Amino acid sequence: MKALFVKFKLFQKWLRNSFKIQLLALIFILSGAIFVSVSMGYVKIPCGEIIKILLYKISGEAFFIKDINDLFSGIVLDVRLPRILTAAIVGSGLALSGVVFQGILLNPLADPYTLGVSSGAAFGASLALFFNFDFCGVYSVSFFAFLGAVLTLVFVLFLSFSGKASLDNQFSSNNLILSGIIVTAILSAGINFLKFMADEQVSVIIFWLMGSFNSKTWTDVLLTLVFVCTGFLIFLFYAMDLNLMSLGNKMASSLGVDTKKTPFILLVASSLVTAVCVSVSGIIGFVGLLVPHMMRSVTGPDNKKLIPVSMLAGAILLLCADTITRAFLPVEVPIGVITALIGGPFFCYIFKKKQNKLN
Amino acid sequence: MSYKINDITFYFENNKVINNLSITLEKGKFFGIIGPNGCGKTTFLDLLLRHLSPATGSIAFMGKDLKKYSKKELSKKIALVPQNYYINFPFKVKEIVLMGRYPHISRFNSPSEKDYNIVNDVMQKTGTYKFKDQHITKLSGGERQRVVFARSLAQDTPVLILDEATSNLDINYTFNLLNIAKQSVIQSNKTIIAVFQDINLASFYCDYLIFMSQGNIVFHGTVDKVLTAHTIKSVFFVNSKVYYDSYSDSKHVVYKAK
Repeated sequence: MKALFVKFKLFQKWLRNSFKIQLLALIFILSGAIFVSVSMGYVKIPCGEIIKILLYKISGEAFFIKDINDLFSGIVLDVRLPRILTAAIVGSGLALSGVVFQGILLNPLADPYTLGVSSGAAFGASLALFFNFDFCGVYSVSFFAFLGAVLTLVFVLFLSFSGKASLDNQFSSNNLILSGIIVTAILSAGINFLKFMADEQVSVIIFWLMGSFNSKTWTDVLLTLVFVCTGFLIFLFYAMDLNLMSLGNKMASSLGVDTKKTPFILLVASSLVTAVCVSVSGIIGFVGLLVPHMMRSVTGPDNKKLIPVSMLAGAILLLCADTITRAFLPVEVPIGVITALIGGPFFCYIFKKKQNKLN
Repeated sequence: MSYKINDITFYFENNKVINNLSITLEKGKFFGIIGPNGCGKTTFLDLLLRHLSPATGSIAFMGKDLKKYSKKELSKKIALVPQNYYINFPFKVKEIVLMGRYPHISRFNSPSEKDYNIVNDVMQKTGTYKFKDQHITKLSGGERQRVVFARSLAQDTPVLILDEATSNLDINYTFNLLNIAKQSVIQSNKTIIAVFQDINLASFYCDYLIFMSQGNIVFHGTVDKVLTAHTIKSVFFVNSKVYYDSYSDSKHVVYKAK
């Protein structure tokens, strides 16, 4: 028994030290989760059929689907896959932004919403829902959410910008966090006011705010994919700079980091990624805070490893949460509620365990 | 010649922190900067590092205007051990030391065998090898300072700037680190520019001393020439006796508290 335990510990250590294995394992879990998730739901679809439908889609050979229910291929291709992929991509986007925000603001408590991007998106969406804007068709709400998020970002950056070439960089982390809090408070009041004024619309607003992947299309998949992939490449490009920035500005600067330009680029890039995610899915908390923490305890704080691993883990987490609300629960609960209800206590558990380890 | 500084001034808000300062710092020497709190020592170092730029005047570094260097070039030439710092994330000690190699590694490459050898070598020299796998956040202040010193050695630059780099260290490690620094001056012709609080320590290690007061250099020269009771009286307003001490084989200062 003891020998087994020792072996298990060794296995754990090996897993912890081998970055490639972690990456492969996560990719494997993610693809598995996508398959299982596609097959689950109100209509159960066997995995074999899913593969055939996909092969048909890729090759165009009708031979693959000759004995498959038409309904199945519709469900897989038009309903479930876009929804599942959007959930996975949004999850990875939020997790990535979380890593970057925590790295730049030098604060493990930061998350993608620290700069108020989410409340900006929420306010934009609430406005669109309240006034029934529909000049962009079904994407009106998303468009306004994105607009709100970007305007908020610009305003928060403006608020915390100190033009003088001070000793630190031009955006001090305290200024950014404080500006984010102030702007969030103002916008929350605005949202509450809109909710108060909206009689029948109020449930629509509330439902949007809590987040959902219901009826996502391939357009959503493509849109989020483009932003998240671009973001990922930018973050990976600056991964070493992000490591150096955790030593503080002066040291980062003396090690060759442009401490004026780099944080700015990273802040804007990660905020834009967040803005797209939020405008597509609504406000989903905890992924951006939780995933970087969990992954940091696996890979360590090196951003070269943390960034890819967090991206995959974020995708898995949000995909699973979405599958739970879609396929397991009798009523579709907003996904923001699920992530907070599962993520919150889990975070408490990890946090407490860490505290106990320290003492 | 490492630095040729010509008549620079620098303002914080509207306070003149550096006041028409000129000096030439030669290559391959150990410079000690001494002065009262708030006299502009750290600002002076920031100007040398181009962390700040002077409002007027010019700084030439290795025969070229300091402004003309790219950040990356500069990081291969000047390394810094700062006064105080806090590292929020639990990096391992060896990872922190390896960061000293980042200026030499291109963005998409992994560290080479040579990088790892240098890292191991400086960790051995600075006595940080024994906690190479520990997290930086769990070390004591002195241990962390040694790690950061090791990191600056790994950077392998011709100029090393120390901003009270030994303030948290016990006397053994103070000597250990300053001996390494001194050795690199003698063997590899490095230039070291260090801020000291302890004048006796400075006198023991430095070739040249630079006394600052109110944003300017008031005395500078070789230790023998410049370290006198008169200098200390006019910079710190403290009475002292300066004499040659045969035991430490250097000039020594003793003070009289009033």
